[in-house]
Amino acid sequence: MLAHLINGISLGSIYAIIALGYTMVYGIAKMLNFAHGDVIMVGGYVSFCSMMYLGLPAPVAILAAIFVCTVLGIVVERLAYKPLRTATSLAVLITAIGMSYFLQNAALLIWGANPKAFPNMFKDVEAIEIAGARVSPVAVVAIVANLIIMVALTLFTTRTKVGKAMRAVSEDKGAATLMGINVNFTISLTFAIGSGLAAIAGVLLCTAYPTLMPTTGSMPGIKAFTAAVFGGIGSIPGAMIGGILLGIIEILARAYISSELADAIVFGVLIVVLIFRPTGLLGKQIHEKV
Amino acid sequence: MSKSPEVKLVNVPSPNFVPEKDADKPLVLEAAHLGIDFGGLVAVDEFNIGIGATEICGLIGPNGAGKTTIFNLLTKVYEPTRGTIMLGGKDTHNMTPVQVNQMGIARTFQNIRLFDKLSVEENVKIGLHNHIGYHTLSGVFRLPSYWSEEKKSHVRALELLDIFGMADLANVTADSLPYGAQRRLEIVRALATGPKLLLLDEPAAGMNPSETEELMNNIRKIRDEFQIAVLLIEHDMNLVMGICESIVVLNFGRIIAKGTPSQIQGNPQVIEAYLGTHRG
Repeated sequence: MLAHLINGISLGSIYAIIALGYTMVYGIAKMLNFAHGDVIMVGGYVSFCSMMYLGLPAPVAILAAIFVCTVLGIVVERLAYKPLRTATSLAVLITAIGMSYFLQNAALLIWGANPKAFPNMFKDVEAIEIAGARVSPVAVVAIVANLIIMVALTLFTTRTKVGKAMRAVSEDKGAATLMGINVNFTISLTFAIGSGLAAIAGVLLCTAYPTLMPTTGSMPGIKAFTAAVFGGIGSIPGAMIGGILLGIIEILARAYISSELADAIVFGVLIVVLIFRPTGLLGKQIHEKV
Repeated sequence: MSKSPEVKLVNVPSPNFVPEKDADKPLVLEAAHLGIDFGGLVAVDEFNIGIGATEICGLIGPNGAGKTTIFNLLTKVYEPTRGTIMLGGKDTHNMTPVQVNQMGIARTFQNIRLFDKLSVEENVKIGLHNHIGYHTLSGVFRLPSYWSEEKKSHVRALELLDIFGMADLANVTADSLPYGAQRRLEIVRALATGPKLLLLDEPAAGMNPSETEELMNNIRKIRDEFQIAVLLIEHDMNLVMGICESIVVLNFGRIIAKGTPSQIQGNPQVIEAYLGTHRG
């Protein structure tokens, strides 16, 4: 039971890291970046190639993945979303879905359809025993990484001027602009942070579930989006809570109910939560501006 | 308007009223033939104004006259269809609101637009954003420059809040402030951006007479302390007549009168715009 719980928190931590990307971008650019899941996949491939083809050590491979994904995030925003800044949200949504398919198919062209076996970075590390439950090292790393990221992001958004500017932009772009805040830079930065985090999540995910293919990012992407909505989209602690709860529900459902039904149960819980709390667990009440 | 003989108004490049104290200084803002159309509707046309370096100027007119549109033009929320806006001698054509703000125009909003979920101090710090001199990366890694600059901005934010006696409210969220205090916070936030010209959009709206009285004193105090110009939209005539050195009256997007408060008060066209003509 304890092992399942820890595994659930670990999977949930990965979801939470991905969900941050969704929730921050939504909070600031007011758009759902459905290509976010595919950035995870790119992060996986970049670290895979760095390790297997270039022979780089794992930490360098992770940095390479973070770098590539950060740049990718900024470029995608500049090319695909920035021209639509004043367009209807539906147009942006369709573009994001298109970008998602574009990234998947680009990966298919570059790396082929065959699944790649992701190398285990922790093959020399013994399984860790916590109170009698044996837990894989990657599970522990995921939980720790998630905690560090949460603390760092919270400090960033509350204590630094750019973080404050982000919150200001998320509340009122127009007023922020008129106070001298560069909204485009702020949005780029948000995409950069979200995509960098997606790269970390990609490496963790591929280490925990070592099959890498062009569609690797879709399902975790959707789940993380669910987690973000579950916790209240736009809220950073919401993404954390939503992600972890989702991870626990999924692992427990898989262990005790049915592995086939696990995903159905996860999404079922989401539906129930949204019926009772339409803005998610920590979601802001939406008030109409008059 | 009595002027001493040595003041040469000839040097002033526009026929605007410029208070004596500013006569020898360059204008902070000069707009000429400014106009904007929305589709076929001419919202503002032939708007000319020159504002002295430390002048308090009022922009008045009936509802829908285009006053806020003027603010949106001056801050480049809208790009004007016609005309030029010179800010400190520089043409702001094709500039963004951010650039114009950095060049020295700051504003408040008719319908308060504070960052509700941020604290009072954080709202002011957003205004200080471009004056906090550390790089994003040094913020991420908490380098010494981060600490010293954050400390400085904290002190500065409290100083600014103190103008309105709001320093003790620094840590409450903006949306929990009473209405009048929110209006004051908007002024402080605008002031934090370091403007040469402060645009106030109905600063006294919803204030009671004693609050309005205090606001008038504070606007004068801000002007004197910071040596900046103020352009304000206001419906409260006591405020406008009480603190403005010049007044521009707008109706249907055009200037119908300009002058000192006493000139405006007796102007038949202004009275007509506000009260309508008496038709038999």
